Amino acid sequence: MMKNVVTLLVGIIFGFGLALSGMTHPEKVLGFLDMAGSWDASLLFVLGGAVGVTLFAFRLVRRLPKPVFGTQFFVTQAKQLDAPLIVGSALFGMGWGISGYCPGPAIALFAAPNWELWVFVPAMLVGYALQRIVMNKLRPSDAEADDGSVCG
Amino acid sequence: MFASQFVYALAGGVLIGSAAVLLLWLNGRIAGVSSMIINVMFTRERLWPALFLAGIVDGAALYYLMGGDAPVARDNFPIWLLAFAGVLVGVGTGMARGCTSGHGVCGLGQLSPRSLVATLTFLSVAIVTTYVVRHVFGVQ
Repeated sequence: MMKNVVTLLVGIIFGFGLALSGMTHPEKVLGFLDMAGSWDASLLFVLGGAVGVTLFAFRLVRRLPKPVFGTQFFVTQAKQLDAPLIVGSALFGMGWGISGYCPGPAIALFAAPNWELWVFVPAMLVGYALQRIVMNKLRPSDAEADDGSVCG
Repeated sequence: MFASQFVYALAGGVLIGSAAVLLLWLNGRIAGVSSMIINVMFTRERLWPALFLAGIVDGAALYYLMGGDAPVARDNFPIWLLAFAGVLVGVGTGMARGCTSGHGVCGLGQLSPRSLVATLTFLSVAIVTTYVVRHVFGVQ
């Protein structure tokens, strides 16, 4: 119960931060990515601020034996720099650079729905389904091992 | 106005990072949005990621209710191009097992080499793509 309340509240902080930072405005994101135009460097401070906090505090958290409301930390141990990581990141970069949306801001669009939501989000979900289908065909063992609980 | 954009960006970034720390500290989970969407779509473990995603929507809605600027749709942006971009984001973050939040915010915070490579790759490809779309094809 407590765990679920925490998840929702932390999600609210995340979403509020995302909107406050300007990341939910795709045109602002493209203004940041577009270094040849009138470059809007402000979004550099979003990643800087966020990583500044995680870099410092993750280290402290990981010294604990377990999380406050859980039995273990669900953190990937994966180290290998493989083709799916690089090709996937490149495809993501293309989609992000075209649209100005990464997954978090795409979800946040539900807070201020417009036509872009009803095109982008269903297309993104189709993308996840396609990737899943192809992965299951190529490497069924990976799909089974993937409990989806990790990132990175 | 110019300076305040940097303050908003920094404050928002600190909130995003703090949320990621709280989720790991309290629940032991990584705040990666793409993995949460995949969890909701394909695994049995869908309650917590669904709650977090709902929280993202509520948090953004709260900011707009408090008078923050909500995003405005680009009326001249080609629909097919936006749909194509959506598919690329889904396939790409699914393959790479992480996006701006999972690899960018959380992975870099853990000094993960995978996340560093992922972040450098999607950032540089996005910069080149934006250049091509805006300045070669003239789509704004």
